[in-house]
Amino acid sequence: MSEVAALVQTEAAAPLIDPRKSFADVNTDVSAPLERPPGALWKVFFGISASLFLLMVIVVGYQMKKGLGILGINHPVGWGVYITNFVFWIGIGHAGTLISAILHLFRQRWRTAINRSAEAMTIFAVMTAGLFPLIHLGRTWFAYWLIPYPNWRFLWVNFRSPLVWDVFAVSTYFTISLCFWYTGLIPDFASLRDRSAGWRRAIYGALSLGWRGSERHWQHYERAYMMLAGLATPLVLSVHSVVSFDFATAVLPGWHTTIFPPYFVAGAIFSGFAMVVTLLVILRKVFHMEEYITLQHLENMNKIILVTGMMVGYAYATEFFVALYSNNPYERFTFMNRATGPFFWAYWTMVTCNVVVPQVFWFKKLRRSLPVMFVVSILVNVGMWFERFTIIVTSLHRDFLPVNWSYYKPTIFDWSVTAGSFGFFFMWFLLFCRVFPAISMAEVKGVLWTAKKNAAAKGQPSGREPAHVS
Amino acid sequence: MFLDRFRKPQPKRAILALYGDPDRLLSAAALAREHGFQGMDAFTPYPVHGLSEMLGVRKSWVPYVTLVMGLTGATLGLTFEIWTSAYDWPIIVGGKPFISLPAFIPVMFESGVLIGGTMTLAALLLACGLPNLGKPILDRDLTNDHFGLYVPETGPDWNEERIFSVLRKTGPIDIKVVRV
Repeated sequence: MSEVAALVQTEAAAPLIDPRKSFADVNTDVSAPLERPPGALWKVFFGISASLFLLMVIVVGYQMKKGLGILGINHPVGWGVYITNFVFWIGIGHAGTLISAILHLFRQRWRTAINRSAEAMTIFAVMTAGLFPLIHLGRTWFAYWLIPYPNWRFLWVNFRSPLVWDVFAVSTYFTISLCFWYTGLIPDFASLRDRSAGWRRAIYGALSLGWRGSERHWQHYERAYMMLAGLATPLVLSVHSVVSFDFATAVLPGWHTTIFPPYFVAGAIFSGFAMVVTLLVILRKVFHMEEYITLQHLENMNKIILVTGMMVGYAYATEFFVALYSNNPYERFTFMNRATGPFFWAYWTMVTCNVVVPQVFWFKKLRRSLPVMFVVSILVNVGMWFERFTIIVTSLHRDFLPVNWSYYKPTIFDWSVTAGSFGFFFMWFLLFCRVFPAISMAEVKGVLWTAKKNAAAKGQPSGREPAHVS
Repeated sequence: MFLDRFRKPQPKRAILALYGDPDRLLSAAALAREHGFQGMDAFTPYPVHGLSEMLGVRKSWVPYVTLVMGLTGATLGLTFEIWTSAYDWPIIVGGKPFISLPAFIPVMFESGVLIGGTMTLAALLLACGLPNLGKPILDRDLTNDHFGLYVPETGPDWNEERIFSVLRKTGPIDIKVVRV
């Protein structure tokens, strides 16, 4: 009981939603963007995103014809911008699962207004990430060789290889995120079905599977949702751990580190939350959802950015210290080379953006300022992109023998595909905002009722008398 | 259908009382329970806590599916790894044993989560009888801002008037007979 009392108290201190809103307001407000034609701003953004994606398709087509030689990768830097993008996008996805699953298990009810869009972000980020290993293969048309299937060569994949673990981790992550997301969407599709007519009603009706909100069904639903959250929690931690194994199981100095799994997971959550802030600052403005995605929500996320940013900073320091303390000349060289060698600019961009910039969130005023958090969230993602770039490229470009030393320079094709991946991601996200409810209506109603009760208990206006429709 | 003769007779109609807030629904459900109404259900826009106890809804069996299928998936994953790496075509890679258990953990874990998660969703759909696109929508506001208490026809001695008179006292917005 004390747990519940504590929860009620914190919610009473700062209501997550205006208690004067009615349940019907929630449906109306959240469905509004789905029920009006797209505005000019949306069309412009969508046009840019789709064009960038088209650019990516063209460049990848050209790459299929000419081969990987059009990219900057060569001996000794065989993993370049493509793998950087892969790790970056997988990391972005992690915040969505953290918000939807881990915060659910910890009963953090502020997640209700943001979990839907964060989960959508996860799914689109994983889709984007999944493109990169495939196009990096060179002979993409043989991508199905990654999957163990009975074949006339009688060969199986090597289950001891982290690259095979990646295939399983990423595909499982995508599938389970999709299941989790869809489970959450079922009651909202039913709400949309019941307020629309014609072909929209038919589509939302089919997507809702005929959900009617029976208490017998809610009972199963809530337990199933909890189970999926329980599965997604270790899953999300495993995915970036497995991604870090791609590096950690190699013998290369700078990669061969036991700190990698937790360091990667913290970095993933850090960058993912930054991306959620970037997206939500725009989303709440464009779709007028300031009353649902409040400054309180954004401030909470900024606190997580501050914490995970310091975890990442701590990991950088540990890594450097261990390299210097190890008395291993190769390890020592790799790290000195990172900070002072030819790629020093990437290293210091990373440190500045990831460790220094988030410190502004110590101040409540800056934590609650929209322009500040927007800029910081973008800088954090720049920093996290360079973190992956630094890890991959600086470790590869100078290894044990100076005969293997070289500089890595991405080509225009690398950058086109990178830009295209952002186009791909934003294209999906923009479509999502227009056809699916961006806020979980069913969950927000639960929070709204608590807010109403708290307000009524304190004698504030709570709008408890519902508007009678019939 | 042949199987239909073994099924319980399904109610043809029911009384649906609509309320404007979950607390009214809860007290109505408590009153209805005192009057011994059978087979009740509620339809709500979001899960209202405490309702399942009032209506005598049993706890969900879905978590058992998650547990069993998760373990099954992990076992299948590990078995498959061992079979392909050590029996079907044993190849020495990196000087590791054919059955390299530590290296097999990630795929074993992911297989467990994959099967456990997808089967949880499947179990949810099965438990709720979804998809059921043929069933009528009782009231369009039940997914919006109304909370409905549902008392189905239980047999020839079903007393519509009595149920109406009890439920009228609970302050509903609307109360009606629905075809199901």
